[in-house]
Amino acid sequence: MAAAAEGISATRAPGARSRSYLQSDEAKGYTLISAPFLYALAMLGLPVVVVIAHSFWTQTYLTVDRTLTLENYRQAIFEPIYQDLLFRSLWISFTVSVLTVALAYPIAYFISFHGGRHKNLWLFVITVPFWTSYLLRVMAWKVVLGYNGVLNSALMGTGLTSEPSTAFLYNSTAVMITLTHAWVAFAILPIFVSLEKVDRTLVEAATDLGDGPIRSFLRVTLPLSLPGVIAALLIVMIPTVGDYVTPKMVGGTDGVMIANAIQAQFGRAMNKPLGAALSVTTMIAVCLMAGGTVLALRAAVRAFR
Amino acid sequence: MPDATRPMIEIDTVTRSYGDFHALDRASLTIKEGEFFSLLGPSGCGKTTLLRLIAGFDQPTSGSIAIDGQPMDGIPANARPTNMVFQSYAIFPHLKVGENVAYGLKRMKLGAAEEKRRVDEALSMVSLAGLQNRGATELSGGQRQRVALARALVMRPKVLLLDEPLSALDKKLREQMQVELRRLQKAVGITFILVTHDQYEALAMSDRIAVMFGGRIAQVATPKEIYQKPVNRQVADFLGGMNFIKADLVEENGDSIVVDTAAFGRVKTDRPRAFAAKDREATLGIRPERLRVLWDDATAKHEIAGTVVERHYFGEITHLVVDVPGMEKPLSVTETNDFGADDLPLGAKIRLGYDPDALVALAD
Repeated sequence: MAAAAEGISATRAPGARSRSYLQSDEAKGYTLISAPFLYALAMLGLPVVVVIAHSFWTQTYLTVDRTLTLENYRQAIFEPIYQDLLFRSLWISFTVSVLTVALAYPIAYFISFHGGRHKNLWLFVITVPFWTSYLLRVMAWKVVLGYNGVLNSALMGTGLTSEPSTAFLYNSTAVMITLTHAWVAFAILPIFVSLEKVDRTLVEAATDLGDGPIRSFLRVTLPLSLPGVIAALLIVMIPTVGDYVTPKMVGGTDGVMIANAIQAQFGRAMNKPLGAALSVTTMIAVCLMAGGTVLALRAAVRAFR
Repeated sequence: MPDATRPMIEIDTVTRSYGDFHALDRASLTIKEGEFFSLLGPSGCGKTTLLRLIAGFDQPTSGSIAIDGQPMDGIPANARPTNMVFQSYAIFPHLKVGENVAYGLKRMKLGAAEEKRRVDEALSMVSLAGLQNRGATELSGGQRQRVALARALVMRPKVLLLDEPLSALDKKLREQMQVELRRLQKAVGITFILVTHDQYEALAMSDRIAVMFGGRIAQVATPKEIYQKPVNRQVADFLGGMNFIKADLVEENGDSIVVDTAAFGRVKTDRPRAFAAKDREATLGIRPERLRVLWDDATAKHEIAGTVVERHYFGEITHLVVDVPGMEKPLSVTETNDFGADDLPLGAKIRLGYDPDALVALAD
């Protein structure tokens, strides 16, 4: 019996191998991701290629001249106005992502370590702000920070100031406050997930080896939840650089960001190639900033060992 | 050299309750310096609770614990002179082997050279010399166990706590580590407290064992005494196979009792602690390996006759179930296979020899 079965399987081997590849986990994995992968390729990859191509062309009134040129990049990189906007955008996005992670970490830590049976309820509560539209939430900040807003009324009501201040709204600080509030929930989730994966016995082991709560946090919990922190930083940093709704609504002239300029180039200014060059420059700049932040964070955490 | 008369850990009527449930119920225990002490019992018996109370990861509901004469009330785990080898080993996955072992030394500020010397020493103690730069995730189960051991020993604790350290290893490796752990303990002279549910592990490694059931300590004694003179049925049963024999109490005099049994006749034995003869009935116990098959015309001073009703082959030994006239339940007999116990046919009439000293009276 056994010999016969072996003989059969031996003759069938080549066919069996190709069939077994089709049934392997690898093949199943590729099949599963193929649809979203192709969709992403079409919707993300192609537009990026189009944008990069445009950035090397020139707009001549209503048509585009397809001779390759670096003029757009010269303008995007060396024109003081774009330099200012880019640096301001990077600065706002960096501050917002650091603030967001700093606010999100304690919340994620609390839910993960002390959430007990109510973890899911807490996570649910965090999503509540998303039940209203983003625009409404930005408008709400206008109400809070405005000339006749909640903050000014409160300050005057308590007698801390005698007249309404214009310092809260229509500047980059207002943009930062609004963006931080909008993105905190997105930062909580990845940090929460990575904290959930931290083996609690490791924290006990650190305590057993002489560490107090702060030291064991810095030496064990924080480094092991670093992937979540990095994910949160990137999730916030990359989209906020390119945000143009928030600066438009609460930023005033002081809060204008690079995305507003890009939007203008693609819209009223009718200079798609310059808009494309600004986009590519911003993309590269944010990648460099994100990479640098991640490396700096890793080095800082390693220093606690 | 450790002073084997000096108490290292004194546990005084310690209770740990969760609501109405007592995970540990009025436990009292003294563990001496340099002793290899085991807490043995089934899961949920409170052995791990007691270990965690000693380590400081948990606080007693009432009672007190002292380590080396110092009361430990309110002293956190990180300030106690104990170190733990965790069941899951709890090796820091983001650190290398050397960094894992050096983890607790870092805050002592020993200086790089001294720190390296102690890490090297600890790693060679557990036969892992030269693996300092190996990543923690690249280790086998046995190696992780050794790293956990080195990481705790490098701290030179007064007491090393081991929470089922060998349970995740395969049988061969586990037996090898039992011998090594025992040797290591004698070499370093540190008090070891081992939590285990494996009676053979406890018997093989310990100087003394505390057997626990339902949050209470049932018996504290040397391995030999625990095995040969268990205080009650539960302890006897947990420590290995045991034949329970119904007996009628004839007389009680101080430290000994005399009982009558159907198969073994009149027996005089030590009076167990906490013995209460209800309705003048008692229980005797005899281990299966203390009953020997008498081959051919061999005789013994004390023997009984019976019929083989079951036979189970275990390689080096055979387990026989022997029906003896007058007994409620058949006897279990463990016999080596030298003389053909593995070939005994079912229904064979055999004679069993025994030493009356092997019969022990057991409290319920």
